[in-house]
Amino acid sequence: MKIHLKIWRQKDQKAKGKLESYSLNEVDAKMSFLEMLDMLNLQLAKKGERPVEFDHDCREGICGQCGVMINGIAHGPLKKTTTCQLHMRSFKNGDTIYVEPFKSKAFPIIRDLKVDRSSFDEIIAAGGYISVNTGQAPEANSIPITHEEAESAFNSAACIGCGACVATCKNASAALFTSAKITQFANLPQGKKESKQRTVNMVNRMEELDFGHCTNTEACQVECPQDISVLNIARMNYEYNKAKLTK
Amino acid sequence: MWFIKNAITRKNLMALTGLFLCFFLVIHLLGNLQLLLAPDKAQLQYNLYSDFLSNNILIKIISYVLYASILAHTIDSIYLTIKAKKASGSPYVRDRRNRASKWYARQMMLLGTIVFAFLVIHLKNFWFTYKFGILPADANGNKDLYGLVVNSFQDLWYVIFYSIAILALGFHLLHGFFSAFRSLGLYHPTYDKLVKSIGVLFALAITAGYVIIPFYIYLNL
Repeated sequence: MKIHLKIWRQKDQKAKGKLESYSLNEVDAKMSFLEMLDMLNLQLAKKGERPVEFDHDCREGICGQCGVMINGIAHGPLKKTTTCQLHMRSFKNGDTIYVEPFKSKAFPIIRDLKVDRSSFDEIIAAGGYISVNTGQAPEANSIPITHEEAESAFNSAACIGCGACVATCKNASAALFTSAKITQFANLPQGKKESKQRTVNMVNRMEELDFGHCTNTEACQVECPQDISVLNIARMNYEYNKAKLTK
Repeated sequence: MWFIKNAITRKNLMALTGLFLCFFLVIHLLGNLQLLLAPDKAQLQYNLYSDFLSNNILIKIISYVLYASILAHTIDSIYLTIKAKKASGSPYVRDRRNRASKWYARQMMLLGTIVFAFLVIHLKNFWFTYKFGILPADANGNKDLYGLVVNSFQDLWYVIFYSIAILALGFHLLHGFFSAFRSLGLYHPTYDKLVKSIGVLFALAITAGYVIIPFYIYLNL
């Protein structure tokens, strides 16, 4: 099928970006969205033009590296799907597709569709871990935990950190990401020990970075490829208030 | 308030002041429902009630908490909105993000601004006139606030303006009520659903209650 593309081109962080138009003739419906971009880049390379740069890694929907705004929606029209798992069968012959990078102050554009999401890493570095002495792996069943607790923690831990929540939020808030990381630990006995300090540190780091606040519009969960629940945000607020009130 | 840097603490302040204002809306509506009584009874009772409120020391203290809440809620929302504007990057050329949320959830600032503008006019018309203006006395010698209210709602445009403002308030509550509980940290799925349902009923009840009064007066008195 024939696909028209309007892709955000930006030379570097400081340059002014704009949409450029491209057309592809023999796009296969079985192609993934990123394979379609590969096809475009092959054509551009053959013509000696600079290829469109975009982030990607596993192309299996689990690493969280890919992610662009497709027709004004993070990861495109299909819900609970990353950009790499979106296929061209979701589009029709002759469609025009707008492709833009995730835009927020905390995610500066490096080039074209590639954005710097290291602010997420900084939030993790502030406390998104459990302090343990390294050594042999302990016996798995020495700490009893219910199936429900384990599942609930896993649901939060399913966040792949792609940044679609920030790109979708009208306030560019990182509340869904940060709260998922806080909740996954707060739900487990191993994580509970450091919960107070972790919550305060991660929330404070999030505040220092250029993210907005959460107004509970719930748009983040709708566009999240992993369907991370907005109730994680309420849990973060609860953990933060508890930490502050029982200091 | 400028000293509160943390957005979660600020959202707590928004939630607590907002919920206090919700509580006030209920009390204010209960008082105003006296306007729906038979005219001669309503006049004496409503004026007596108003006189009681303006001379009670406890009510006076609560009224100052109320003024402070309105100001804190307003100033805090402006601060947070400016911060969020700065956090959003350059706009998308093609933006269809609105498919993921309700319009009234995104337009809380606009709805709040309409409510605030209404509040200024509302206070000037009734509160200011009652406190500092000259009003005739009723049969019991109380200031005739009832007469002022009935006169005001003889103007259809005023009734329409009033209803639009209440509608804006209704949508503001539709998002604000449950959002306040989320901000304070209510994360249990069952109670979250319960609070959401109560929020919808609350918004409906407040909107209906406040809109009925001006229409009743315009059509019947």
